[in-house]
Amino acid sequence: MTAASEAGPTPALAGARIQRWTPLSAGFTSGFGLLIVALAFVPVVMGASVVQDLTSLLTLVLLAVMWNALAGYAGLVSVGLQAYIGLGAYATVWFALHGFDPYVAMVLATLFCAAVSIPLSFIVLRFRGAQFAIGTWVVAEAIGIYVSFDNQLGAGTGTSLIQLYSYSPTHREHFTYWLTLALTAFFVIAVFFLLRSRLGASLQAIRDDEGAASSVGVRVVAGKRILFILASAGCGAAGAMTLANILFIEPTSIFSVNYSAFMIFMVLVGGLGTFEGPIIGAIILYFIQQQFGNDGTSYLIGLGATAIAFALFIPRGIWGLVEERTGLRFMPVGYRVRRRAPEPGADP
Amino acid sequence: MTWVNDVIQGILLGGYYGIIACGLALMFGVMRIINLAHGDIAVLGAYLIYLLLEHWNVSPLIGLLPVLPVMLLLGYLLQRLVLQRSLRSGLLTPLLATFGLSIVIQNVLEQTFSPDVRSLGQDTGSLVTAAWKINSEISISALSALIFGVAVLIFAGVQLFLSRTNAGRRMRATAEDPDTAELVGIDSRSVYAWATAVAVAIATVGGLALALRSSFFPYSGPDQLIFAFEAVVIGGLGSSLWGALLGGIVLGVAQTIGAQINPEYSILAGHIVFLVVLVSPRGGLLTLRSARGARRAVPTVTT
Repeated sequence: MTAASEAGPTPALAGARIQRWTPLSAGFTSGFGLLIVALAFVPVVMGASVVQDLTSLLTLVLLAVMWNALAGYAGLVSVGLQAYIGLGAYATVWFALHGFDPYVAMVLATLFCAAVSIPLSFIVLRFRGAQFAIGTWVVAEAIGIYVSFDNQLGAGTGTSLIQLYSYSPTHREHFTYWLTLALTAFFVIAVFFLLRSRLGASLQAIRDDEGAASSVGVRVVAGKRILFILASAGCGAAGAMTLANILFIEPTSIFSVNYSAFMIFMVLVGGLGTFEGPIIGAIILYFIQQQFGNDGTSYLIGLGATAIAFALFIPRGIWGLVEERTGLRFMPVGYRVRRRAPEPGADP
Repeated sequence: MTWVNDVIQGILLGGYYGIIACGLALMFGVMRIINLAHGDIAVLGAYLIYLLLEHWNVSPLIGLLPVLPVMLLLGYLLQRLVLQRSLRSGLLTPLLATFGLSIVIQNVLEQTFSPDVRSLGQDTGSLVTAAWKINSEISISALSALIFGVAVLIFAGVQLFLSRTNAGRRMRATAEDPDTAELVGIDSRSVYAWATAVAVAIATVGGLALALRSSFFPYSGPDQLIFAFEAVVIGGLGSSLWGALLGGIVLGVAQTIGAQINPEYSILAGHIVFLVVLVSPRGGLLTLRSARGARRAVPTVTT
């Protein structure tokens, strides 16, 4: 249990104060920064299999954080983010075909996904709730079909990023890992600061009650659009990383709705609308995949059933439970109100 | 002349989309939720009918009769055990729960029935081959005409149920305002459970139609859900029940005309029409009509 901290308390109500940081969360946040730095040295000290495993894990973390940014903070449940996973992967192939270094192509593909999501946001953000979920799914299907017509990109049979073979296997693994780490860290940190900004408060107001938020002057659509573009770019990056990791893609698998299933699972189990939850969910899914990934249908039945159970009985996920019970917050994106007495008060 | 034929075939195909869309529209209208497992439930119904055919050699059309009450019960239980609980915790939860259910149904089906693609068309005797030849270009198959007829009957039946029966009035009242409906003694949970049961039963008819007119496999569900959703949205989400049938017809025509241009474009053409309708200022055909003040064809189910 954390004692009330000295970290910049602002007296707001008599007998209460509002704070963001606790010594514990300050410690963990700096620990998180150190973790990223430490992760950067993994290829130097660890073997190839560890590097590859961590690349997949980081990609999962990125996907989970992006899905949660949309669903947990803007209330936009999407079943169509695979559109950008696929686009990110295919745009990488396209840029590489047009003479860019494959790693530069991955960054360009990420930017491309952000650019594509801007006009698309004008279509799909007209939808609310369940309509947004399926509306984005239709967009993903349409893009997937469209890509499968393109012969230059291997049409329906798929394509690989042959330009990566100009790097030696070890270099390839290391560069892929570093880029994955950099992009994942970039997007996770971007979400962290976005949620702590004024925009973060308005986004959560939108999620909780759109009408009320709009009536007090929150620019609802603008807020949603920023998160939508960010999530699209992040998923595009994850798609490019997936391609770099597995080297071969085909439209039906890279545009597969199963990616949405995985994202939903990670966020639901970890904790929807919490910052730490999706990261925990990604680690859990990663170990489940290692353990049961080859069991095919039973594995997916288990994932689906677990997702239902969490949605119905533990809607706040594992981290939500931990937060509720202990008041722990490692990475504070909200504020908390505390009594002056040392026991921890309720969250706002 | 081929274009005329395309439009006719598209309209008939729209009958199938209408059936699939009807249950989705009903659940959205009454509970404001979209069941992401709707397509998979239709496919599950098709597999139950297939099971009867395999084990007891029951013809698919007759097999529907015992399967319908089973699916009604399943729908009732789905609402009571899963959806009712999820409704309490906000708008997102039903979506997440039904998506999980969709994954479970698909994989249980694959585990039970193998991933093979199946069709029930050849098991209905002459129905599949029978056709009325109007002229050299245009012919109407008995099966698509039957499916279209069933679609119209289902929509008319649901409309009569909603407008003429007490249970239907309770359903409309709950759809308008569940709290007020509770005040006058309507048990909204029971209404929701029956709405889901009826929606699941209609989806089963849709599953049979799919199995007869083309083929199905354990992962056919998501596509059917997408088509159903497109039909509901094109028809003007929430403006009226018949909109779903009209939307289904528009979708069917778009797909057949797309296929005429290039067989690969069929599905894409449907998606594009959906997106165009979406970006149009009013979004949806029937919303346009009712916005102009035309009298609605159906008492509003979906506010």
